[in-house]
Amino acid sequence: MTAALARERRSERLRLLVQPVAVLLLVLGVLVWAFSQDLDSIERQSLNASALLSATWDHLVISFVVTALVLVVAVPLGVLLTRRWARRVAPLFLGIATIGQASPAIGVLVLFFLATGMEGLWAAVLPIAFYTLLPVLRNTVVGLQGVDPALVDAGRGIGMSSGAVLRRIELPLAVPLILAGLRTALVLAVGVATLAVFVNGGGLGLLIDTGYKLARFPVLITGAVLAVGLALLVDWLGAVAEAYLGPKGLR
Amino acid sequence: MASEIELVDVTKRYPGADQPAVDSVSMTIPAGEIVVFVGPSGCGKTTTMRMINRLIEPTSGRITIDGEDTLSLDPDRLRRGIGYAIQQAGLFPHLTVGQNVGMVPGLLGWKKSKSADRVDEMLDLVGLDPADFRDRFPRQLSGGQQQRVGVARALAADPPVLLMDEPFGAVDPITRGNLQDELMRLQAELRKTIVFVTHDFGEAVKLGDRIAVLGQQSRILQYDTPEQILANPADDTVAGFVGAGASLKQLTLLRVREVELSKAITATTADDPAEIVRRLAAAKREFALLLDARGRPTGWVHARTPSKPVPVGDSVTLQSTLQDALEAILTEGGAAVVTGARGEYVGLVEIDTVMSTVKRLREEAGA
Repeated sequence: MTAALARERRSERLRLLVQPVAVLLLVLGVLVWAFSQDLDSIERQSLNASALLSATWDHLVISFVVTALVLVVAVPLGVLLTRRWARRVAPLFLGIATIGQASPAIGVLVLFFLATGMEGLWAAVLPIAFYTLLPVLRNTVVGLQGVDPALVDAGRGIGMSSGAVLRRIELPLAVPLILAGLRTALVLAVGVATLAVFVNGGGLGLLIDTGYKLARFPVLITGAVLAVGLALLVDWLGAVAEAYLGPKGLR
Repeated sequence: MASEIELVDVTKRYPGADQPAVDSVSMTIPAGEIVVFVGPSGCGKTTTMRMINRLIEPTSGRITIDGEDTLSLDPDRLRRGIGYAIQQAGLFPHLTVGQNVGMVPGLLGWKKSKSADRVDEMLDLVGLDPADFRDRFPRQLSGGQQQRVGVARALAADPPVLLMDEPFGAVDPITRGNLQDELMRLQAELRKTIVFVTHDFGEAVKLGDRIAVLGQQSRILQYDTPEQILANPADDTVAGFVGAGASLKQLTLLRVREVELSKAITATTADDPAEIVRRLAAAKREFALLLDARGRPTGWVHARTPSKPVPVGDSVTLQSTLQDALEAILTEGGAAVVTGARGEYVGLVEIDTVMSTVKRLREEAGA
């Protein structure tokens, strides 16, 4: 069993090395290909360094604001839902979050736009955050519920307050699961952020949309590959965080 | 330093249950003694213990420690003054051994350096080398070592009272025996008031200064010394719980230091085999015990093969129980070697000594 575990660790470490290299090669390859094409003036408007950088930057901003928002909302909510007095309402909140994720992302985005009339960054960020809330919320709840009750009992028994038990025992032990949820949420956010273009939120969706509507394939492909590369890169960052930020005694 | 604990009409009633889980228990736990709560599972013994540090709040009744009503104190502060050790140790897996042991001193606001010194002292006390174990994580320890760390953590802030909830329930019988011996050695030194919960009557007899045999709803069936409970069980339920083999259990009450030791013919490893044979012949004995330069037993030599010593297999110490001694005698055949604090030879326990002790105990119990 330990041999299998060691093998799994080795393959995981290998993946940590290979993934970013593969992503870089893919992105570089597509960029070289796109810029070596005979570009017309419309294509040149999208395919130039400053436009690509700003689209990528917008995309990253949307993804990270979403993640920060999810983190700030889902982790405290998950903590509240696992307190003894809140056990009964937990299914309700998990249900709402499940609805958020089960409905199509573009539907949530458009409904939010129709309801509020907002445009720009926040019009994209808020619905996408709602859409990606579930993995972090559920993993926080499951992670906290998974802490051995004997440890909580031991903590209380030696005189730790319930807050101290939460801060020093329960949360650190739930960190691996919370990080795993966060990684899923980030990857989802990067993917769904391509839809931000429909509420004027910018991002790589702009390239995809332009390329598709104007039938400019180099633009379409560049936008799509950059979005894929970004998602893989973010997933890689999540994997690195999981490998190095979890509690040391459990690794 | 130790404190007397007093329970007066302590009752715990859970909402929705017909019967109280603990029904009007009153008892005094004398300062500096080990009192063992023993009873079938589900009898409320753990509930009763947990009401002492208010992990469970009593529905009615009063619990005082050194005359002070526990209900008048802040529960967290109360618990910091009461050591708490549980089954499977309950060590925090993401913290090192040192951080686990230093938790309560930390909560009490001790200075870092004082806390660190205390951690090392405690690890030393439970027989773990601080340099080796301080920075390990719990999963890198064996079950017995984890239990030791659990005890060290419970003792770290030098609490006058210690609550132990089946602390040795999850380790193998040999390790459990060692941990029990260790606890008795610690208690001889520290003299804490210890409330110990177990369902193993043998463990209760071995550890307890007093045993409270509890029935359903934690009713006290008998609260007395192990000797008295073994000899005069209060009723059939207690007798049933004491079970068969009461005289074997009585052997766990006696220590090797309490019986008369006999002497072996000894020789040092430097002695000439021919000389050993001569001495054995003069004493009309067959075996001689070989000691090394520091007086520690290394092996037995037979008169016919004086140059081929057989290593000593199982030996006991002065602190071992007579039951352990009997075990060693049966393994070794005839007599068990007794060693002192530094492993030096001090005498032999022979099967005849054990037999006559059992006989004497039976006569006393029958009287």
